[in-house]
Amino acid sequence: MTLSQPRIGLFATCLVDLFRPTVGFAAVKLLEDAGCVVEVPAQTCCGQPAYNSGDRATAQALARQVIAAFEGFDFVVAPSGSCGGMIRQHYPPLFEDDPDWRARATRLSVKTFELTSFLTDVLKVERVAARYAGTATYHDACSGLRELGVKTQPRRLLATVEGLELRELEESEVCCGFGGTFCVKYPELSNRMVSDKTARILATGADVVLAGDLGCLLNIAGKLQRNGAAIKVRHVAEVLAGLTEAPAIGESEGSG
Amino acid sequence: MQVTTQAFQHNASAALQNPALQKALKNIKIGFVRKRAAAVAKLPEFEALREAGRDLKNHVLDHLDFYLERFAAKVTEHGGQVHWARDAAEANQIVLEICRSVNAQRVTKGKSMISEEIGLNDFLEAHGVQPVETDLGEYIIQLRHEHPSHIIAPAVHLNRDQVADAFQAHHAPYGFTERREEPRALLDEARQVLRQQFLQADVGVTGANFCIAETGTTVIVTNEGNGDLTQILPRVHIALASIEKVVPTLEDVSLLLRLLARSATGQELSVYTTFSTGPRRPDDRDGPAQFHVVLLDNGRSGMIGGEFQDMLRCIRCAACLNHCPVYSAIGGHAYGWVYPGPMGSVLTPQLIGIETAGPLPNASTFCGRCEEVCPVQIPLPKMMRHWREQEFERHLTPVAARFGLGVWAFFARRPRLYRQAANLASWLFRRLAGGKGRISSLPLAKGWTAWRDLPTPQGRTFQQQWAARRAHRS
Ligand code: SF4
Repeated sequence: MTLSQPRIGLFATCLVDLFRPTVGFAAVKLLEDAGCVVEVPAQTCCGQPAYNSGDRATAQALARQVIAAFEGFDFVVAPSGSCGGMIRQHYPPLFEDDPDWRARATRLSVKTFELTSFLTDVLKVERVAARYAGTATYHDACSGLRELGVKTQPRRLLATVEGLELRELEESEVCCGFGGTFCVKYPELSNRMVSDKTARILATGADVVLAGDLGCLLNIAGKLQRNGAAIKVRHVAEVLAGLTEAPAIGESEGSG
Repeated sequence: MQVTTQAFQHNASAALQNPALQKALKNIKIGFVRKRAAAVAKLPEFEALREAGRDLKNHVLDHLDFYLERFAAKVTEHGGQVHWARDAAEANQIVLEICRSVNAQRVTKGKSMISEEIGLNDFLEAHGVQPVETDLGEYIIQLRHEHPSHIIAPAVHLNRDQVADAFQAHHAPYGFTERREEPRALLDEARQVLRQQFLQADVGVTGANFCIAETGTTVIVTNEGNGDLTQILPRVHIALASIEKVVPTLEDVSLLLRLLARSATGQELSVYTTFSTGPRRPDDRDGPAQFHVVLLDNGRSGMIGGEFQDMLRCIRCAACLNHCPVYSAIGGHAYGWVYPGPMGSVLTPQLIGIETAGPLPNASTFCGRCEEVCPVQIPLPKMMRHWREQEFERHLTPVAARFGLGVWAFFARRPRLYRQAANLASWLFRRLAGGKGRISSLPLAKGWTAWRDLPTPQGRTFQQQWAARRAHRS
């Protein structure tokens, strides 16, 4: 492995794959700009929905699939603290009673990173070559923040985006209420949480809200748009990579 | 108390639509969250203390029998009496018998969650003994025939006017005929009424935050001083404690006290920390003639050595409640039993069964804020997940959820099929949206679209586009 040109397996995440391919391309661009070789092996899901629903067997099966597909890379990078956290923190204990898989899971986990953390903490990237004319605010998605310590990294990179002003969000560390299956199992509670979150977002007066996890972003965008708010919603990688031509999340060509 | 854990969803919904409750819950952020943050910021070694607290409690749990025996021996040595209660029924019976042995009519009580867990008030009342709560919050909810909605601030769900109403309705016999609303006036009124109760009580029942093995001492912390009067004035003091409350030494208690006060209320130390060692000695100025400690198991010994052992580290500071976005949206009563919030979502299934308490460990986004603030680093989300695993294994997971998960897993385990399904889903979503970028009503995803729009896929899936780009590049 050469750190000058590390081979990255991009774990795009199932939500990005289906809902927001731009985030995948933004991640590729950021990594390639930083000198990486990026590949996207065939993938489905990290297994978190099963894991958090108590279905350990399915979670293990999906984890084995991910381990086999990604263990050959120098690093695994995900544009998500949630899926990154799943691989990094939860894969090894998932194989408590299986020493072989546990060892493989551990080897994979230590080389798995959330995108902004990988760029700054590992590759020591200090600036990005992007422009964004506007005011942004940033929501700290829970898993990235608490499982992977993602807090300053995206902010440091955003500070180098030309033209962008970052306005801090009050209670940026409080959950948006997405929580995977939580949002459909407990819709009223989830609605209350996302309502509180979007009220805080609107109070910043920013024109775009960013975060590092698509689950939260779909939730936040869906709520803002239901309420007719004009603020845009994007994944932080889109702004960092300068890929902001595509309509924002939940919007279409020509819509608001 | 009536268990309504199964109705959690319904309870939560009612709580969200209760304006008085919503108003009261706003106080949590100001009263607890901000104060804790300030206190923690002032103590650079707080993280180190948390680790020490965790290690200390782990050590105790690994040697629980040793420390319990030692504690019991020391209590006895100092002239106190120790009673072991396997479950709630035994604990209640022990307390009742002590009350009967001294012909007690009236029992004053300091705040005790164990008393709530065993349902002591109802039991005593049914057997002709009148319990009187003396913690202000507990007293208010006793007047209102309610249960605590928070483990350290039992009346946090109430507003001032509701307290004024309760006092007005119950205090006329004590000469208070006018309605008062000023907090100070309400406090004075409660104080005067409670004074009379303290003086008339035959037995005082308190909880115990800690039981010190080295000295046979029970410790309570309060901010009102009611605990002192409860345990000093009557002839008999009964301390109720669950078995995991034991700590080796006085020194250890000081560590946990520092963690407890900061985590609970942002204080450096609670206003009153009261140590009780045995009954009154000949040269003591005051104190009870009898000192009893009731040590309750109620299923806890079964947690030792298992996946829920870590929960026994809990020192009942309530930080996990205060910082939980679910608790702070609905308050404690919605949880349907004694212990609410994250700690309750782990402990309640252990105490009343996962069959009954199933909704609780599921009502979490696993945001992790509880674990982040817990002074003894209990991995609360991990343990809620363990409960979900038990439910799944025992087929207690709702059929629809299990089915949905099964379908999804079928595809997720077959990458080729998954990619085709994703392509299809992407196309379908986009058609449904009709070029709008989002869908506002989707019968299959009602839980989502009832409250928010569903952004639709941008275009073909990332993997599809990536493959096309690859083919193009090479
Ligand atoms: S679980 Fe931790 S945070 Fe919650 S009450 Fe217990 S000690 Fe406090």
